[in-house]
Amino acid sequence: MTTTLVKPLQPLRAATRTDLGAWPVVGGLILIAVVFGSLNEHFLSAENLTNLALQMAATGTISLGIIMVILLGEIDLSAGSVSGLCAVVMTILYVRHDWNPLVAVAAALGCAVLVGLLHGWMFTKLRMPSFVVTLAGLIGWQGLMLYLLGRGGTINLPFEGLLARLSDTWLPAWAGWLVAALIVAGWSAGTLVNRRLRRAADLPVTSGLWLALRLAGLAGVLAVVVLVLSADRGVPMLLVIFGTLVVCLDLTLRHTVFGRHMYAVGGNAEAARRAGINITRIRVLAFVAGSTLAAFGGILAASRLAAVNQSSGGSDTLLMAIAAAVIGGTSLFGGRGRAYAALLGILVIQSITNGMLLLNVDSSVRYMVTAAVLAVAVAIDSLARRGQPR
Amino acid sequence: MLAASNISKRYGAVQALDGVSLDLPDGEVVALVGDNGAGKSTLVKVLSGVVTADDGMIEQDGRPVRIASPHEAQQLGVSTVHQDLALCENLDVVGNLFLGAERRRWTVLNHIRMERSARDLLSSLDVRIRDIRVPVAMLSGGQRQSVAIARALIGEPRVVILDEPTAALGVEQTAQVLDLIRRLRDRGLAVLVISHNLADVRAVSDRIVVLRLGRNAGEFSTAESTPEAVVAAITGGAA
Repeated sequence: MTTTLVKPLQPLRAATRTDLGAWPVVGGLILIAVVFGSLNEHFLSAENLTNLALQMAATGTISLGIIMVILLGEIDLSAGSVSGLCAVVMTILYVRHDWNPLVAVAAALGCAVLVGLLHGWMFTKLRMPSFVVTLAGLIGWQGLMLYLLGRGGTINLPFEGLLARLSDTWLPAWAGWLVAALIVAGWSAGTLVNRRLRRAADLPVTSGLWLALRLAGLAGVLAVVVLVLSADRGVPMLLVIFGTLVVCLDLTLRHTVFGRHMYAVGGNAEAARRAGINITRIRVLAFVAGSTLAAFGGILAASRLAAVNQSSGGSDTLLMAIAAAVIGGTSLFGGRGRAYAALLGILVIQSITNGMLLLNVDSSVRYMVTAAVLAVAVAIDSLARRGQPR
Repeated sequence: MLAASNISKRYGAVQALDGVSLDLPDGEVVALVGDNGAGKSTLVKVLSGVVTADDGMIEQDGRPVRIASPHEAQQLGVSTVHQDLALCENLDVVGNLFLGAERRRWTVLNHIRMERSARDLLSSLDVRIRDIRVPVAMLSGGQRQSVAIARALIGEPRVVILDEPTAALGVEQTAQVLDLIRRLRDRGLAVLVISHNLADVRAVSDRIVVLRLGRNAGEFSTAESTPEAVVAAITGGAA
């Protein structure tokens, strides 16, 4: 019955669902740039945009991890605490026990994997709701972090060490341009090969004009980014790391069997199970990926601060990471969203934060504006879903 | 040819199936009808490996076989389309057709090979979908049913079981799905259709098997039977 009733709605549905994609977010970003740019001439300066790029990386990486869990229609509230805990573990091993920094980072990521396995086990085997599992994680892992920090409360990273220098490493202009050129070349080569293979298999191909436009768009955006950042200190290494993670995760989600199964479990877990997919494995892996990326984000944050302290991964880190994922277009209902959501979402949130700080606006106002943006983003998501039979 | 004989299944105090027999020859559409509680669903579950029978025998081409799990049923070439279709609405048609059976190189999806096979399969079944790369959520009910049936064919089955394939569909979409069922028969598949709708059953089936209270209550050649006789067998009344 419902299907027949819904049928006349189809043209409308097609119109609202013609994958708005990233356009609302891009529009929002332009609006933010125009508003803050006109209120404060410093906002669009090369120096400030470079700072913005630096500020994005840590929370953006945490947000990537949250996307992995949200794609399944679940939630990870522990990401902030896990990021803080793992940053503290890394710092203690590195500073107090004189471990090699890379080994310390690997050990911290290993801890995150164990945390993710524990969360995944509690969720899949004990059948606890993910909200409760990760709420316990939010409280418990922060407690463990405070315990490990002890009474001192703050541990500094040596300024000349690898980790502190990481966030003060900049690509020289030529390297920035080279990276941009390689990305454009890689994208073009991939697209051309795919096009040729599709032609050979007698499948429809996207129009050449549209591809050329997208190529021009990509090249244009990258050129502007490199141009602006090179006008200041250069492309920050943190941005390169974050960007690499986003691209790798996006390719994984769209082109591997694991990614396809992630979307399938997020869309209809029962259907996925009946199709022979091991949904327990997918769920545990999603929690592991979420925790590991959170830990990585925590380490980037520690690198930028050159220290860990009691507020590492605390305050609004988690909420901003979730908000970024949602603003970027990840559906909280599961099954819909791409890794680029983290990049776009954190860009929106950090721009607002950064712009408000420049304008010397109280953080109370900043929170309210961020809330409004979040509400609008979710409203757009819900409207886009309306009319879909479910 | 798949044949089940003397199948019995008891749930606690309820004798759901009591010595039921069913033949599914290649190239024939068999309709399984009966009132609620007649045992249709239980028989389908036995054939598709969801439950195992307490007693009875299943033979394939004269050899006895065991169907203890859905996986074993699929290996024997028995493919089932459940009433709820079990589609992932967020995935596109290609993604749904190959769900759990993705064509891959190591772990990398072979999008092109899957889309080529999907297009070939859908066009051989004469299923028309304007853009097979949109999420299934945007398709009509009939198109979804068609996708679910096409998906049952991915593993090259010999028997296809369709549970209430027209229950949620309008007139035009029902006609499309019935056409599709006839094309399955023309491919030489054995098709079992469970339905409440006697008009659809008469339109598409070659043979009608009636269950009543867990027992065989009659078997009719569709062309030579009258609707009254079938209804009488279903209700247990005199013809």
